[in-house]
Amino acid sequence: MLHDRDRIFQNIYGIHDIGLKGAQSRGDWDKTKDLIAKGREWIVEEMKTSGLRGRGGAGFGTGMKWSFMPKESAGRPHYLVINADEGEPGTCKDREILRSEPHKLIEGALLASVGIGAHVSYVYVRGEFYREAEALQRAIDEAYEAGLVGKNACGSGYDFDIYVHLGAGAYICGEESALIESLEGKKGQPRLKPPFPANCGLYGCPTTVNNVESIAVVPEILRRGGSWFAGLGRENNTGTKLFCVSGHVNNPCTFEEEMGVPMKEMLEKHCGGINGGWDNLKGVIPGGSSVPVMTKGQCDGALMDFDGLKEHGSSLGTAAVIVMDKSTDIVRAITRLSRFYMHESCGQCTPCREGTGWMWRMLERIGEGDAHIEEIDLLEDVTRRIEGHTICALGDAAAWPIQGLIRHFRDEMEAKILAKAGTHADASADAAE
Amino acid sequence: MPKLTIDGKEIEVDAGMTVLQACEQAGAEVPRFCYHERLPLSGNCRMCLVEMERAPKPVASCCMPVGDGMVIHTNTEKVKKMREAVMEFLLINHPLDCPICDQGGECDLQDQAMAYGAGMSRFVESKRAVPDKDFSPLIRGVMTRCIHCTRCVRFANEICGTSELGGVFRGEHLEIGTYVDKAISSELSGNMIDLCPVGALTSAPYAYKARPWELSKTESVDVLDAVGCNIRVDARGDAVMRIVPRLNEDVNEEWLGDKSRFACDGLNRQRLDQPYVKKGGKLQPATWDEAFAAIKAKADGLDGSKIAALAGDTVDVEAMTALKDLLNALGSKNMDCRQESSTVDPNVRASYIFNTTIAGIEQADALLIVGSNPRIEAPVLNARIRKRYLMGGFKVGVVGPNTELTYKAEHYGDDPAMLRDIASGAHAFGKILQNAENPMIIVGAGALMRSDGAAILAACKTIADATGMIKDGWNGFNVLQTAASRVGGLDIGFAPTDGGLDTAGILDACGDGKVELLYLLAADGMEAAKLSDTFIVYQGHHGDSGAHLADVILPGAAYTEKNGTYVNTEGRVQQGHLAVFPPGEAKEDWAVIRALSGVLGKTLPYDTLAQVRARMAEINPVFATVNEIQPADWQDFGPSTVGGGDIQSKPLKSHIRNYYMTDPISRASETMAACTAEFSGEAERTGTDG
Repeated sequence: MLHDRDRIFQNIYGIHDIGLKGAQSRGDWDKTKDLIAKGREWIVEEMKTSGLRGRGGAGFGTGMKWSFMPKESAGRPHYLVINADEGEPGTCKDREILRSEPHKLIEGALLASVGIGAHVSYVYVRGEFYREAEALQRAIDEAYEAGLVGKNACGSGYDFDIYVHLGAGAYICGEESALIESLEGKKGQPRLKPPFPANCGLYGCPTTVNNVESIAVVPEILRRGGSWFAGLGRENNTGTKLFCVSGHVNNPCTFEEEMGVPMKEMLEKHCGGINGGWDNLKGVIPGGSSVPVMTKGQCDGALMDFDGLKEHGSSLGTAAVIVMDKSTDIVRAITRLSRFYMHESCGQCTPCREGTGWMWRMLERIGEGDAHIEEIDLLEDVTRRIEGHTICALGDAAAWPIQGLIRHFRDEMEAKILAKAGTHADASADAAE
Repeated sequence: MPKLTIDGKEIEVDAGMTVLQACEQAGAEVPRFCYHERLPLSGNCRMCLVEMERAPKPVASCCMPVGDGMVIHTNTEKVKKMREAVMEFLLINHPLDCPICDQGGECDLQDQAMAYGAGMSRFVESKRAVPDKDFSPLIRGVMTRCIHCTRCVRFANEICGTSELGGVFRGEHLEIGTYVDKAISSELSGNMIDLCPVGALTSAPYAYKARPWELSKTESVDVLDAVGCNIRVDARGDAVMRIVPRLNEDVNEEWLGDKSRFACDGLNRQRLDQPYVKKGGKLQPATWDEAFAAIKAKADGLDGSKIAALAGDTVDVEAMTALKDLLNALGSKNMDCRQESSTVDPNVRASYIFNTTIAGIEQADALLIVGSNPRIEAPVLNARIRKRYLMGGFKVGVVGPNTELTYKAEHYGDDPAMLRDIASGAHAFGKILQNAENPMIIVGAGALMRSDGAAILAACKTIADATGMIKDGWNGFNVLQTAASRVGGLDIGFAPTDGGLDTAGILDACGDGKVELLYLLAADGMEAAKLSDTFIVYQGHHGDSGAHLADVILPGAAYTEKNGTYVNTEGRVQQGHLAVFPPGEAKEDWAVIRALSGVLGKTLPYDTLAQVRARMAEINPVFATVNEIQPADWQDFGPSTVGGGDIQSKPLKSHIRNYYMTDPISRASETMAACTAEFSGEAERTGTDG
């Protein structure tokens, strides 16, 4: 259980002063100048020591990512792009940071920029987060006024500018290269890799794209030392993390917790347990809509971190825990997610464009029972034909939940089909009489 | 050079190649839809996925740069499965209406479905359907068939330089379109039809006309502009059904302008298919003998100086050779192939050709365009300039019409007097040219057909000399001709010599009665008033304005109906070939003149095409080297050789007003009429329907 002294986001619910004064009273912007003075290498090394893995879903080591940026600028500017396009269904952690802890993000942006040699940072905020973008902009204005950012940021001699850009609410723009395209004013469609953004990103310049949470924890890590952060959680799964729990729990909420906390303990302590008790649990989607669903049996002993959930064939993703009790029609639930991916597919590459709609239509029919048993195998085959064959990970994200459904709840799918077939048989028997 | 292993075979390839190219080099076939070697990469069709060892996922070979030590598999069970998967995805929402699709028989999707498709469909849902799009009079958009490879989009953005197409909506609702309904206006739009791997974009005029396997295919050369694009003429029976480009890296790569591609329906309309003789003020059908007799009646006893000839814009060199020899035999030196009265020096080849060559544009780093709009005068050549522009470090200045050229160009007004400042270095662009490694200048036909054309030509030559455009291995002086016959005519000497009259002189002499017999070799667009008392022989293939003036009409062959030699604006000698026979009584043009020479008692000394061509090589050795360019010597030309005069401050204009109608063939084409109505302003339209 996370101790209060190790809590990074002390005002995540916005009950204290959100402004600069309040943030400073909680320790933000404290001796930032000294941290900058320690230099680029120190910052990257400290981040590597901390073991922080990206909080946007993929879990790539943040310090490692920064170290991919060219050491010399070679005449091209470097950019830090912060991904605040929080679109993963179930996820609501970055918006809380934007609302209530914007100064952590801004300070983190400054320090991260030093770490990658950038003087400009863009925060790409999801279009629906209009109020959040306003809150962030207010905080940025405060920081500029206080000389914390801008020319000679914090009196360190380092020039740093930060801009807020509002997207238009497309899920795919949360994918880093689609985000860059969108930021450049183009249609948000993922780019091919290679080249990777660290070589050729925004406007063709070296760019690092990081999640809001990854950046917002940077100042605390640098102030308290990477080893402090590494001491929390488990090896390779260090630190604290914001979890967002939604669904059939008594008290759905967003909270900060240590990595590797047991799922059951977490749900009971923070969320008041499952509706109707732990035994009423049907399944959990532990990392936002794109990861496979876990059964109650898997949830019993699962630890909430990257490796802990991987053991159970799922993934931590964005740590958006979607809890479903036994009242859930799991086939309908996954069908709804499938429809989301169909709607959000950018349409650029073939398997995702054509396959997401096909999968949703099959699921719709299966949900109605209007299908053959063999079509479940066809559906499984289609997911395999999409997975890994697309330009970006949206194809995988669309395929995995369905694979999870078939893996764990095939009997429910079959039951629907058989029930419908049964009524048909009854009807034809009636007609025959 | 990186070393790869492809299907167990070690191969060394150039760095910077893609895995797909390396696979091709290793002989491993990789299917693809979106990849096209002349377009930017997109990697979206996923058909070219291959297995790469140590890569977590299959890689799109078209976009993956080669690396040393890569191990690639293209023939494993996994790769086969991936291809089947992509094929299935492409086909589930494809209408499979091949029996009524014009792409049938030459469709990438059809061919690859044969190789990689499953035998049957597993898809039982409703298929997507997209409303047809009205792209232009040239392109038929059946967008339900679209597989979203975006080749057309990339072509429009990259090659055409007109960002007119894009993907609208997303996911399975993605549509290729113009967003706001409008026609695709690029002069190169027809190439999208070739690029489209399926039947989404097909030729509108050719719709439902023929199947590819019914067509006889003849390789030939285009004559509707002076670029000399290499084409293939597809004919069925005695009708040309369509014209498509043929690969020639030095000339047109694999592109073709819309006029050259779509004007072919004009070949079947308004044709002169039998001789006519004017009797009682009206043209009456006649036999060849009657027509020749009528000419003989006029020519007999006529002094050579009273005979003259003009050659039109699309004439082959063979016909001009025969007519030149005939006129010389009749004692006349009055002949000109410069119908528009341009002032190039017929004796200095460097003064009338595109010396840099089209491929050479890619080596240039600064360009001055004088009195030309290459976008409509030579769209394919303009695409080459854009290609050079996209490579970067290329400055373009324009003195002439201010038009959108598809690349960034500084417009310095249209006053030709500025050319002097550029030559002296007083003008900013003169300095740019001086500092450039390989500067070039393009002088348009529009600048040379003015009364002060000679002075403009001289000024341009001064610029070339003063800014270092002429040096070892580089000649940056270029005249952009607009007529396919022009360079060939000048090369063969179809121009006045020893006091002979040029075009303007001939027309004046006709008005004064000093010339009594005028032979128009497919030359149209003459002022009728001056010619009312002249006996006019018109030899050509279309009943265009020249034929209306004629006293005798001799039906000739269009470019698809004869074996002819043409020299493009670069000075490249190329041969076109007979694809269909001329209609009715019409005959190959040189043979008509040869027959007439016999009637007139001046029998020309050749009976076969080979003999005519031998005669051409005798007159000018350039004709001995087909498909090659003989570099022209840089000699003095300008006022000293073609007459002086001063530059007048009249605005420079392009020679062509309406791209879609420039010659008898395109003027007879219904398709080109539709394009004119669609794309040109009110002034260009004919008739009263507005």
